[in-house]
Amino acid sequence: MKVLVPVKRVVDYNVKVRVKADGTGVETANVKMSMNPFDEIACEEAVRLKEAGVVTEIIAVSVGPAQAQETLRTALAIGADRAILVETAAEVQPLAVAKILKAIVQKESPQLVLLGKQAIDDDSNQTGQMLAALLGWSQATFASKVKIADGGAEVTREVDGGLETISIKLPAIVTTDLRLNEPRYVTLPNIMKAKKKTLDIAKPEELGVDVTPRLKTLKVEEPAKRKGGVMVKDVAELVTKLKNEAKVI
Amino acid sequence: MATLVIAEHDNAGLKGATLNAVTAAQKIGNPIHVLVAGSACSAVAEAAAKIAGVEKVRVADAAHYTHPLAENLAALVVALAPGYSHILAAATTTGKNFMPRVAALLDVAQVSDIVSVVSADVFVRPIYAGNALATVQSSDAVKVVTVRTTGFDAAAANGGSATVEVVQAGADSGLAKLLGQELTKSARPELTAARIIVSGGRGMGSGENFKILEALADKLGAAVGASRAAVDSGFVPNDYQVGQTGKVVAPDLYIAVGISGAIQHLAGMKDSKVIVAINKDGEAPIFQIADYGLVGDLFQLVPELTGQL
Repeated sequence: MKVLVPVKRVVDYNVKVRVKADGTGVETANVKMSMNPFDEIACEEAVRLKEAGVVTEIIAVSVGPAQAQETLRTALAIGADRAILVETAAEVQPLAVAKILKAIVQKESPQLVLLGKQAIDDDSNQTGQMLAALLGWSQATFASKVKIADGGAEVTREVDGGLETISIKLPAIVTTDLRLNEPRYVTLPNIMKAKKKTLDIAKPEELGVDVTPRLKTLKVEEPAKRKGGVMVKDVAELVTKLKNEAKVI
Repeated sequence: MATLVIAEHDNAGLKGATLNAVTAAQKIGNPIHVLVAGSACSAVAEAAAKIAGVEKVRVADAAHYTHPLAENLAALVVALAPGYSHILAAATTTGKNFMPRVAALLDVAQVSDIVSVVSADVFVRPIYAGNALATVQSSDAVKVVTVRTTGFDAAAANGGSATVEVVQAGADSGLAKLLGQELTKSARPELTAARIIVSGGRGMGSGENFKILEALADKLGAAVGASRAAVDSGFVPNDYQVGQTGKVVAPDLYIAVGISGAIQHLAGMKDSKVIVAINKDGEAPIFQIADYGLVGDLFQLVPELTGQL
């Protein structure tokens, strides 16, 4: 079966983001960009399913600027077979991304879409669920274990109280949580191989999707900074301060 | 127009997160209805009817709502959506699971994880793991919103007298079913609802050593949490994790023990009212945000603290 793996180009998770002085967003010029870490886990899972003989083809797809080709090349180096970039310089919000992905799913007919539970830039946590809704497919979000068998999938999910396991019918959407796997390091030979793999480019208009944002960002600001407090010399002083000064115990 | 708040519950009792979502609904200002979708969940409906400020409770009772599977729950909410200007749920793993599905079926955006209501269509939400706050305006006819529970106080659980109305259940989609749950059993309060949290990091050294934190937590009536490093090292289960990818908490008192203070962890607890850090490394970044810092050997200091309380 075919698997579609949507990936997003985001500010690298090691970068400490800075809010722009004019309050319109965060600084992304001259900042290191990488594949969203949850999407990397999704790529890795797809490759493991292929290595296990469950999956025959992995298609990576990204919606974003021309530079997202680099992100797709990373996906190809991890082990995706080919890639599609839906190129646009505009801001594309989760609902529009889900609509673009729906159009691609209808063209490619995968049985499974594996993607990150959220992107670490806008922290929306929406795209997978929205895609599942638009397709009328089942969904398993926040996966920490995925088992494919007999036209279905058994997915263990990370939920607030612990773990739960659900069984879903295929085709389905699975979104990945941190503990699903540890993505492999991309090796130089694989990077070289990735350069030769097919990367097609499409435009949202060609897919008939209107990407006009529904949410308007009025401003972006830094959260109030927390000031450091005092060092106490021993447990007795700590207890006194907590009782008399902070009054929390 | 009214606001519909989707209750979170386990068919026996209402989850506290629902009360925070109701407070967010109060800030929007429209009459508030609460949807209880469950199975044999009349106790939950009664509890929801008592929440201060709720006008009407709508109950959908069917076997396929026993567990809040996204496919069934979203379809039900969409069927009930006409007449509502806002649909709210707590941004728990349950709310995050089904709400975007509701939004997509209504062809509207979702505003995720709001921490503040500016007006009926303007909300503040954290982005970049809380390193920035975005103020966003929704142009959609229906606002589908998930509420970060730490951003809003809990509404009073008593004092209301809402009417209770039974609504027609939808069909079972048959797309998904629950096979099993491994929920952490604990007599201690839930992390996201606790007034005091005692959290351990890599410095704890082992899962066995968490016993000294548990003793402290029991003395304080606190919940026990952990950093990602402690979870990844296998000391404690993943649902203990406080941080960007775990739970976001804001208790009155947060005691960080053997936690260095990675940005990832701070994103999950920096809104706590009072933070205490106990660490052997005086240079650890956790001390930059702690109200009270104590440098030393946690294996000696924690039992001493327990003893002095």
